[in-house]
Amino acid sequence: MWGYFLKRILLMVPTMFGISVISFFIIQLPPGDYLTSLLASMADSGQTVDPAELARMRATYGLDDPMALQYFKWISGIVLRGDFGYSFEWGRPVSELIWDRMGATLSVSMAALVFVWAVSLPIGIYSAVRRHSIGDHVATFFGFLGLAIPNFILALTLMYISYKYFGQSVGGLFSPEYVGADWSWGRVWDLMKHLWIPVIVIGTSGTAALIRILRANLTDELSKPYVVTARAKGLSEYKVIMRYPVRIALNPFVSAIGWVLPQLISGVTITAIVLNLPTAGPLLLRALVSQDMYLAGSFILLMGVLTLIGMLVSDLLLALLDPRIRFT
Amino acid sequence: MTQLEMAQPEMTQPDRAQEPVLTVRNLSLDFHLRTHILHAVREVSFDLYPGKTLCLVGESGSGKSVTARALLRLIDAQAKVSGGEITLHGPKGPLHLHALASNSREIRAVRGGRIGLIFQEPMSSLSPVRTIGTQIVEALLLHRKMTKAEAKAETVNLLRQVEIAQPEHMADRYTFEFSGGMRQRAMIAMALACDPDILIADEPTTALDVTTQAEIMDLIARLQAERGMAMLMITHDLGLVAEVADHVAVMRWGKIVEQGPVDDIFHSAQHPYTKALLAATVRLDTAVKRIAPNRAGQPLLQARGLTKGFGATNWRGKKTYEIKAVDDVSLDLWPGENLGIVGESGSGKTTLGRMLLRIVEPSEGSILWHGDEGAEEVTQMQRPDLARYRSAVRLVFQDPFASLNPRMTVKQVIADPLVVAGGMSDAALDTRVAELLELVGLEQSAMERYPHAFSGGQRQRISIARALALNPRVIIADEATSALDVSIRAQVLDLLLDLQKRLDLSFIFIAHDISVVRYFCDRVAVMHQGRIVETGPAEQVCTAPAEPYTQSLISAVPNPDPRDRRMLHRTRFNA
Repeated sequence: MWGYFLKRILLMVPTMFGISVISFFIIQLPPGDYLTSLLASMADSGQTVDPAELARMRATYGLDDPMALQYFKWISGIVLRGDFGYSFEWGRPVSELIWDRMGATLSVSMAALVFVWAVSLPIGIYSAVRRHSIGDHVATFFGFLGLAIPNFILALTLMYISYKYFGQSVGGLFSPEYVGADWSWGRVWDLMKHLWIPVIVIGTSGTAALIRILRANLTDELSKPYVVTARAKGLSEYKVIMRYPVRIALNPFVSAIGWVLPQLISGVTITAIVLNLPTAGPLLLRALVSQDMYLAGSFILLMGVLTLIGMLVSDLLLALLDPRIRFT
Repeated sequence: MTQLEMAQPEMTQPDRAQEPVLTVRNLSLDFHLRTHILHAVREVSFDLYPGKTLCLVGESGSGKSVTARALLRLIDAQAKVSGGEITLHGPKGPLHLHALASNSREIRAVRGGRIGLIFQEPMSSLSPVRTIGTQIVEALLLHRKMTKAEAKAETVNLLRQVEIAQPEHMADRYTFEFSGGMRQRAMIAMALACDPDILIADEPTTALDVTTQAEIMDLIARLQAERGMAMLMITHDLGLVAEVADHVAVMRWGKIVEQGPVDDIFHSAQHPYTKALLAATVRLDTAVKRIAPNRAGQPLLQARGLTKGFGATNWRGKKTYEIKAVDDVSLDLWPGENLGIVGESGSGKTTLGRMLLRIVEPSEGSILWHGDEGAEEVTQMQRPDLARYRSAVRLVFQDPFASLNPRMTVKQVIADPLVVAGGMSDAALDTRVAELLELVGLEQSAMERYPHAFSGGQRQRISIARALALNPRVIIADEATSALDVSIRAQVLDLLLDLQKRLDLSFIFIAHDISVVRYFCDRVAVMHQGRIVETGPAEQVCTAPAEPYTQSLISAVPNPDPRDRRMLHRTRFNA
């Protein structure tokens, strides 16, 4: 087990290197750099920039250095000093901007993951055990509905409902009076009141998918001989199902940890914009549009790292859960 | 003398033995399928006596498994008990199992507590994610008043009783660390954990080798004698029945057509179906032997020093370990000859067969092929020559359900090698496929149908037709009859022999079933751990083997005659 753990950690190092290289080159891909897009937007508004000033900025930011050198400066800053560079657009160090957003992203992801698990596990088991029953058909119907409705429409609907019927301030994670306030019970309660909308919106499609996966997996497992063995021992039906087939069909649940995070960041950016969530997605989008390369690069890099950690956690949990993985 | 022997047990047996522990009367089971109701079991009656074994015999689909599971009320939701009585007798009076709800507390107390179940798939009948120990402890805690520690100790004790070495360690292992035989032992330990009155064994050894089968049957017989258990054994192997049964019930199409003491069934069967079943089994043993072909001339295929190693190499390309699946094997095949290759699973016989076709590349050794173009070295062949060689040497697989593409019609399946070879018009293809179908005894109308429309035996005929399409000289049949019922098996073997006469074929027949090999082959090579330990004429190897390993293998084969039980008195081989 420890050997497996160490091996996974060691394998993460080259993967992270690859991710950092790729994220750096992705942000370098669009033609031009931050200064050219700044120039363009200033020219649009009729302003002119002194070419000498421009050249001075280029030199300070090292925009004319070769790619490899730029990469080296960037990554060594991050690894050695925790310095993610400087956001051109915001005029602040990237690290100041990024942690708040990452924190919000992580908490929304975790809440969504817990929601997905809590809803899909019982429904999935019920659907598999009582296959083709009315309850199964109902669950299947809502599952497909959840898969089919675009997230932003669901978001708009829920915002409307909560505004109209609960009189809540909508959008964001906090009411205006709590934004930037210190943590208190009131603030936590306020967060809870806001969190349910994004959690439901983001969780619905994942829930539907997991219900289908669990139903399919469990259906296969239910007809395996070891289930008959368990019944033949005299176990009650509930214990038979929970201890034997469910235990094995759980694997996709644990794997979900690995994919929920990247999906949240790339897949739900539109939802985050609609709901005005202070998560990483909208900021990343803006940074990419304005070629704010250090901010965008740092985001992409951190997402990559978080995804890797998510994968590591899910792999380790899988190994704990399933000895067949541990031993091979 | 016989009468005296028969009378003796009746005098010494206590009264208890006369009372059945379980009675089944007129049991009927219906499957409620989407379109119709299938009467899977009709009016079945039998009794189980303490210390005695009843064997339920029948071919696949005869309803024997579902009957056994109905005793525990462990049948699928779509199956219903539509009539009859199942009564379990005990010190607390009779218990009517048929009247209990299939999930009631009472029936759960019977499951595992009074009736234990073991069944065929030792690979999948235990959960892979929990240790063997926890699964047995669970059964103990359910039915016996024990603390966890006591249950653990008892588990180790049980594993020791089923002859698992180092039971303390093995209890903490997972099933995938066990071999098939060991899993079946663990399964037996679990079924017997709570000292049941009845053991239901549903094809307990079908997936195992003959030697492992003999060991498991030994074990079951010993435990049964120690505990005075009644046993209901379900099997399709009449040889095994003759070895272990006290009573036999023969099932066909959901009905028991005949039942009685084992000796009556084997030596004075009344029902024509029983007779046919016995004939199909016994015939292979007693049939007139083939006349071996003349081995004076040039062999068709000569293998010398064939070796295949599987292993891993480290990053410098050095071998870290190597397992020799086939180790220095040499054999010859003469024209018109049937060469049998027998051995336990893992002995390398399948790998050998595939190497002869170079589907698996040999690590060392040579294969010399004397075809129409003189002697050729197969291991050196390049593409066009290799294709020509492979059209002369064909392969027939074990599983007729998996070896035919379900999305191709029979015509496409059989014509496939011809299409690959090329150069035939559509009309010519049609005629050739029709010819081949006739050759293997199928109707021409089969051409447009899909494989799922055919039974196992018919599918194997289709596989054979496909192998014959390119007029081969040699057919390598890898367990080609193992998946078939006894009566079908004999038919397919006869078909192969008939084809051999008409088409001048030679066979390499890979099998683990000694009686089939004895019937079909001229010479037999016995493989053990990748090596050929003995080669000789089939009759001699099967009746008077010279090597100790072969002797142990042959003596472990069940003999379909209850008056000559030899499996339990077999020679053992330790190496």
